[in-house]
Amino acid sequence: MRRVVITGQGTINALGHDVPATLEAMREGRCGIGELDLRDVERLSVRIGGQVKGYDPDTLFNRQQIALYDRFTQFTLIAAHQALDGAGLTFAGELATRSGVVLGTAGGGVNTWDENYRSVYEEGKNRVHPFVVPKLMNNAAASHVSMEWNLKGPSFSVATACASSNHAMGLAFQLIRGGVADVMVTGGSEAMLSFGGVKAWEGLRVMSKDACRPFSANRNGMVQGEGAAVFIFEEYEHAKKRGAEILAEVVGFAMTSDAADIVMPSEQGASRTIAGALKDARLNRDEVAYINAHGTGTAANDRVECAAVADAFGHHANELMISSTKSMHGHLIGGTGAVELLACIMALKDGVIAPTIGYEEPDPECALDVVPNEAREARVEACLSNAFAFGGLNAVLALRRAP
Amino acid sequence: MTPETRRGVSMSETVRDKVIGIIAEQAVLEPGDVTMEATLEDLGIDSLGLVESIFAIEEAFDIQVPFNANAPEDSAFDISSVAAIIAAVEGLLAEQKGG
Repeated sequence: MRRVVITGQGTINALGHDVPATLEAMREGRCGIGELDLRDVERLSVRIGGQVKGYDPDTLFNRQQIALYDRFTQFTLIAAHQALDGAGLTFAGELATRSGVVLGTAGGGVNTWDENYRSVYEEGKNRVHPFVVPKLMNNAAASHVSMEWNLKGPSFSVATACASSNHAMGLAFQLIRGGVADVMVTGGSEAMLSFGGVKAWEGLRVMSKDACRPFSANRNGMVQGEGAAVFIFEEYEHAKKRGAEILAEVVGFAMTSDAADIVMPSEQGASRTIAGALKDARLNRDEVAYINAHGTGTAANDRVECAAVADAFGHHANELMISSTKSMHGHLIGGTGAVELLACIMALKDGVIAPTIGYEEPDPECALDVVPNEAREARVEACLSNAFAFGGLNAVLALRRAP
Repeated sequence: MTPETRRGVSMSETVRDKVIGIIAEQAVLEPGDVTMEATLEDLGIDSLGLVESIFAIEEAFDIQVPFNANAPEDSAFDISSVAAIIAAVEGLLAEQKGG
């Protein structure tokens, strides 16, 4: 069976503009969530988010590029650049045709929709920029990555709300394992922190106005984030032959559908997906020392997720660590699983477990070791990354230490 | 009865009728079948139905309803029964619209 390893990683998110800065923030349990700085923020009732700060696209992209790159595409290209630099890969000839890009995003070019709706509805203009469509389409980021690095194999974008990145990375894994590709650029991106993007979430009444406190009894909702993370998935023998540094191995993936409710999570569905990922990875339950939780900080998700972990792991649920880094970088919606995979790789590679910050009061319905408030050192052989999306679409990845 | 109290009565009847109308629509019932002591659960209204009802109330009365689905019991808006919701809407109207 072909094995799949990770040979590059890159990110930009509220915790940092690259991987070292992000991991340092996670180790220190630093919070990247703060007051939102965006147009018409005074008309929002939710005014916090994990926004990428100190970011000036004009210093990174030229005028023609800015005209084509929505913020979610910009984030993707920044993260992809870091990942590909780290992997040390260039794509030509057969490798180019055997390599592709699969990226997750829920909203795609939300800022482009927002700005152009303003223009035609609010300002009454009858003309928009000619590149609105190629800028806002969900696959724009994947396409620009393919163009920038000459990736000519299977390439597409995945939209499954909060599970988009995990689905994307799971599919990238399967494409390599199944022999369809040798290298896949994968991960996800989201840039939904615009007036319309926040207003839409506000309507659902599941957002916190002060902080994201996953698993804490006094949690009161989720907080949006933005950014991207991109990884290089590579067939193991290919990576070994060229002497690439291997960050971790992707060993399993499972995806399921609850077929039940458009917003409420399902314990049975989540548990079934976790068990499926373990089986696909041929992992024993007791080999898993860490789970990066979906952990949104809503009342329903955290309760259901803890019950699902307890169900899938039995007694071992009390031995493992489970943390939600959304407490620090916010919920990146379609990009969240990608940023959270950074915490999984840190656990496997560096032996550091990112904490769940903002944890104030134990909740008997979330009675697992949630690594409250402070990072911890531990040797981790294998870990999982959970994503349970609105619409009941679940995706769980299983990783192991580098072979 | 003075004109003021008559206006008061008719206004609060309107509030009650409007709220019941919103709840009845959500529950797919006739307004006459929505009793004051019924809970939303009794009426078969789930969490999404509740959020949609609150939105309809905000739109109908032009008020802001303080409600977080993560902690309904901590929200300042009492949803324990139809009567409680009507009273809460009247309270918010007095607060936000000066009576």
